[in-house]
Amino acid sequence: MSRVEIRIGGLGGQGVILSGILLGRAASIHDGRHATLIQAFGPEARGSACSAQVTIDDDPVDYPYVRQPDILVVMSPDAYQIFASQLKPGGILIYEEDLVTPGPGLPDGVRCYGVPATRFAEELGRRLVLNIVMVGFFVGVTGIVSREAAEQALLALVPKGTEALNRAAFQKGLEHGLEARERTVARDPAASAPRLG
Amino acid sequence: MTADPRGVLTGVHFLDGDHAACEGALAAGCRFVAGYPITPSTEVVERFAGRIPLVGGVFIQMEDELAASIAILGAAWGGQKVMTVTSGPGLSLMMEHLGFAAITETPCVFIDVQRGGPSTGLPTLPAQADMMQVKWGSHGDYQVIALCPSSPQECFDLTIRAFNLAETWRAPVFVMMDEVVGHMTEKVVIPEASAIEVVERRWTSKAPGQYRPYEPTPDGVPEMVRAGDGYRIHITGLTHDERGYPAMNPQHQDRLIRRLNDKIRKAGEALVDVREDQCEGAEVLVVSYGITSRVASAAVRSAREKGIRVGHARLVIAWPFPRDRIRALASGVRGVVVPELNLGQMVQEVERSIPAGVPVLPVDHAGGTVHDPDAILQRILEAAR
Repeated sequence: MSRVEIRIGGLGGQGVILSGILLGRAASIHDGRHATLIQAFGPEARGSACSAQVTIDDDPVDYPYVRQPDILVVMSPDAYQIFASQLKPGGILIYEEDLVTPGPGLPDGVRCYGVPATRFAEELGRRLVLNIVMVGFFVGVTGIVSREAAEQALLALVPKGTEALNRAAFQKGLEHGLEARERTVARDPAASAPRLG
Repeated sequence: MTADPRGVLTGVHFLDGDHAACEGALAAGCRFVAGYPITPSTEVVERFAGRIPLVGGVFIQMEDELAASIAILGAAWGGQKVMTVTSGPGLSLMMEHLGFAAITETPCVFIDVQRGGPSTGLPTLPAQADMMQVKWGSHGDYQVIALCPSSPQECFDLTIRAFNLAETWRAPVFVMMDEVVGHMTEKVVIPEASAIEVVERRWTSKAPGQYRPYEPTPDGVPEMVRAGDGYRIHITGLTHDERGYPAMNPQHQDRLIRRLNDKIRKAGEALVDVREDQCEGAEVLVVSYGITSRVASAAVRSAREKGIRVGHARLVIAWPFPRDRIRALASGVRGVVVPELNLGQMVQEVERSIPAGVPVLPVDHAGGTVHDPDAILQRILEAAR
């Protein structure tokens, strides 16, 4: 697979950067490919808009920034406002459906996948794991990193004693993602064609 | 010899360049860092401060960069492998002690995570605009060694190498990172300690009384002792004789300053590291270093897809500048393209290295982000015409 560019946006504290680290680690260490993570850096990195850029490639990543993401993951309305128009036509939008309402202004052919990640996380007992639900959902929808790699990265990163909770959050997101993808393919078989990854 | 396992975090990690550089320093045996944290280099010392109590060593957060840059030189004479870490505004304050390191031949490593300047400039955004400052920023004639990593893995690898070169040549060695390399996160493989070569200090085997601190060995580099080990030593920034005592006259100035410069300038292949990609038979040569070499690679690939024979020479060691190698690579090309995140620094070295009549096309950039690969591609196309 050639270069895939991913942007993740949300609010500081939602685990945006950790989501990027998870995906990058999964792709580069556990899937044996190449990944580069760049995080938005500066005063905006706390409390308000926060974003991460992940580029995954079979070859070493040369240009380090995301220019036009193939996949946009948004966890806040602000992130949607800022980044939605930058998505590649035909790309994938993944959003927190209780927080973000995709509106007009998306490039042509973008497929949208929503997940109530915060609600799922609360049902699991810790709102904090909403980003892990999002990552699981991302893996289910896109398949860009393998499920095994994502789980290995997850276990390498989360604090000791929280493995079960994080696994459950990942699993919840993953299942929801796989279902969402199947529904989309049922409606529009073209969606299954070049599954990214 | 090989690395002390206590400092080596063997494994496969997902690290940013700042953290990787810190691990490189620890693996190389660095046990003393004095610093004054500054964006975008802070994570290097932050990690060092956290790790060094476990490894055994000292981190001091100093009152400013002058203090940081002189404290490391004292610790080096106390026997430690030493480093300080900074960015542009701090680097400016360290220039006095850079000169002191050079004239006293104190092995030391400076990490400079470059950001946009001059002055406070762009604290959180990249540049490569300190390249000339590290070479010329302190007064007098001196030489430095400067390495240019383009990835977190190289931040690890080249920081180890920086320490080894500092010990080998007894000169200040710079690791010239930038904000992007410092803050980008990628896979970093840290080998077993037994697979990491480290260079030990050139300790003298002479007895006290026979040892002269500035008596050169055949390659021009004198041997060292540890202060307090019973040797009579005198370390001064004044021009000195082989005993280390001030000798302020033209004869000693000529002998000392020529030796300080020649030990680096005449090191030859030992201090040349140019990574060459399809340079043979190229019609256009791209010369790049650091983060810009990755962006240039994207442009070079596009140009090759258009059928242009482009060679890409990446400077891993930027100082001493590999003049002979660049001259050889540029012979017979139609043009040399030099992208860098400044308004024209290392391009001057390229210009004065290459054969007359070969056009040099700079691709300058004031900093704040990396180049658009298309800007480099356009210059390659222009050079190929």
